[in-house]
Amino acid sequence: MPSRITGLTRRSTLTAGAMAALAGLLGPRLAFADEKTVMAEIKKLYGDKPMGTGKIKLDVPEIAENGLVVPINVEVESPMTEADYVKAVHVWADGNPQPGIVSYSFTPAGGKASAATRMRLAQTQNIVCVAEMSNGALHMAKANVKVTIGGCGG
Amino acid sequence: MTTKPTPRVRVPAKAAAGELIEIKTLISHEMESGQRKDAQGATIPRKILNRFSAIFNGKMFFAADWHPAISANPYQSFFFKATESGEFTFVWKDDDGSEYTAKNKLTVG
Repeated sequence: MPSRITGLTRRSTLTAGAMAALAGLLGPRLAFADEKTVMAEIKKLYGDKPMGTGKIKLDVPEIAENGLVVPINVEVESPMTEADYVKAVHVWADGNPQPGIVSYSFTPAGGKASAATRMRLAQTQNIVCVAEMSNGALHMAKANVKVTIGGCGG
Repeated sequence: MTTKPTPRVRVPAKAAAGELIEIKTLISHEMESGQRKDAQGATIPRKILNRFSAIFNGKMFFAADWHPAISANPYQSFFFKATESGEFTFVWKDDDGSEYTAKNKLTVG
């Protein structure tokens, strides 16, 4: 019967698909960063200097439906004068294949230490942000983003 | 597949002295992360725009080092405090050494 043949073909196609998916799961996985990798990156830049909190406004969605384009806005409280300004801001993700996302350089001429971009997130993870002030003081902020569809690999 | 990246910049043409203006930029670029594999299972080499700089009258006032986690067609917004008239230059640097630039004039007063 033609219908049975069709059914059989469809089933074998489904099985083949399931096998491929399984092979994908069991095959070599990408190595992902973790919290330690991010901490090591911070240590490389700033050593063991103490970190303050509260100066950074890290704006990321709580839930990202598409990990390919996740908006991120970082704003650091500062008068942005020659004497007191934000020098650099670094952003890392602790669950991506590579932890680095972006590093910003600010100057007093910018008038406001605020920048927004879009990033890729492979999975649910923490976003870690460190701001370096002109006097050397450091501040840190963290936020968790739940990712429903990952944005790396493929 | 690879088309020449075209930058788009939104910056006000006029500003009052001391006014804080927001600049929004967007450039078409695939931002190949170096993490993806092609149909044969070979890793597609990384090719991203790794640095963006914003310059006013020859002086850099904002820069961003982008890592592979930045989305395709990278968007970047930031601020500038208008004090005098002049010209903005925005520069995107590609992994392959190419540079893409955009220029915008600003009149203060």
